[in-house]
Amino acid sequence: MEITELTCINCPLGCQLKVSVDNGKVISVTGNTCQRGKKYAETEVISPKRTVTSTVKAGEKRVAVKTVPEIPKEMIFDVMREIHKVNITGPIKIGDVIVHNIASSGSDLVATSES
Amino acid sequence: MKDLIVIGGGAAGLAAAISAYDEGLRDIIIIERSQSLGGILNQCIHNGFGLHTFKEELTGPEYANRFIKEAEKRNIEAKLTSMVIDLKPHEVTYVNSNEGVVRLQAKAIILAMGCRERPRGALNIPGYRPAGIFSAGTAQHLMNIEGKLVGKRVVILGSGDIGLIMARRMTLEGAKVLAVAELMPYSGGLKRNIVQCLNDFDIPLLLSHTVVNIEGKERVEAVTISEVDSNRNPIKGTEIRYECDTLLLSVGLLPENELSKKAGIDLSPITGGPIVDDQYLAGDGIFACGNVLHVHDLVDFVSEEATTAGKSAAKYVMQENKIKEYFSVTTGFGVRYTVPQKIEKNRTDLTIRFRVNDNYRNSYIVVKSNGVEIKRIKKAVLAPGEMESVKIMGPVEADLKVEIENGNN
Repeated sequence: MEITELTCINCPLGCQLKVSVDNGKVISVTGNTCQRGKKYAETEVISPKRTVTSTVKAGEKRVAVKTVPEIPKEMIFDVMREIHKVNITGPIKIGDVIVHNIASSGSDLVATSES
Repeated sequence: MKDLIVIGGGAAGLAAAISAYDEGLRDIIIIERSQSLGGILNQCIHNGFGLHTFKEELTGPEYANRFIKEAEKRNIEAKLTSMVIDLKPHEVTYVNSNEGVVRLQAKAIILAMGCRERPRGALNIPGYRPAGIFSAGTAQHLMNIEGKLVGKRVVILGSGDIGLIMARRMTLEGAKVLAVAELMPYSGGLKRNIVQCLNDFDIPLLLSHTVVNIEGKERVEAVTISEVDSNRNPIKGTEIRYECDTLLLSVGLLPENELSKKAGIDLSPITGGPIVDDQYLAGDGIFACGNVLHVHDLVDFVSEEATTAGKSAAKYVMQENKIKEYFSVTTGFGVRYTVPQKIEKNRTDLTIRFRVNDNYRNSYIVVKSNGVEIKRIKKAVLAPGEMESVKIMGPVEADLKVEIENGNN
């Protein structure tokens, strides 16, 4: 059995959580004040996910982008490598998919600003 | 003569103009110094905006765009690349390259100029003055709008949210962030940002530390960080020297009120912004909202406040204005400031926003009217970095005092 320590991110209390994991399953969460802390600890320990935001080249300008949905945390730098290769041409609107299934993460890279 | 001039087309200015329009005003103009509307939101490409307003998590440009689209729908005029250089009641002077200097009269004016970053000059950091020292927001603009990474090896002073966000952003773009130093024994940034911007990338957060030396003649070559004692004085022998090419400063934001001063508006020495009433009225026909009034941590509250200010300005333009009589709002134990600082007699249904001056656990926010308790809210935690608010249903019948009770740090 493994014990992981985390800081809860849901509110300014910042509870110090202790999560016991056995065979890839959460056995117990302690240190949390509310249920949100328990839920956070369970996903954060087993499969942490993050939204990556960056910009891509659009000719002379930059267009802001994000991953939708969130990607597995360990893929952040794989996704960044793909983001660096992008150079888009033509007009872009917010919500346009720039790269489908970026770095085989299962998530799309989506524009968050106009070109 | 315009009905309303809004100075600044960022989060506050947009929401204020839209709300004034919806309240019935038509002859509205937004004056914005940059090339596009949206203000600082445009460079805040990270997500986490709009959870209160839209019940979803947006990036800064997306949040701004929702308001820009609403302003466009209403055909609200926006004058871009135009800098307001003078202000007095009912008159704005702006300058741009097409029209030169223009004077514009208005029945009401809304101040929505936002804030700016505290610069190095305000910190008394010893050492040389080489290139490579940036405020975090400047580095963010260069990174996210212009696509330029300002350095490869970075030390960050200040653990406010912008500093934390930039630590992650520069790491993602290939820089090595060596450390984030924070003068205070706690970080003013959100827990979420400490976890997702620092811990995710193993960037150390050094609490009770500050920069004591900067080396380098042409470009930053090294930064020395030292631990500080409880009086915030550096402790000898605790120095750590980091070889680096960049120092980012994320050491606080200051409401930008040069224009307000020109208009003779009274500023609060604590917030740095105008002293306002519950309608955000700061002076003769002049209203203020957003970061020019007091620095916010959530844009949602800027939009909310600006919506009220826009509505108030519209009412001011359309109604006969009687002389108002006020009760004051004062601060008691634990409360650093309140906005508004005064409330019209017998007002109902209003919001008082405030900040606490320290971290408090298991305490109460208490509002007293002439010494009599009218509101009590239990709070598990209160922190200086988190703006608080209390709703008062009213009618307000005496001076109010906001204080913290049973606060144990």
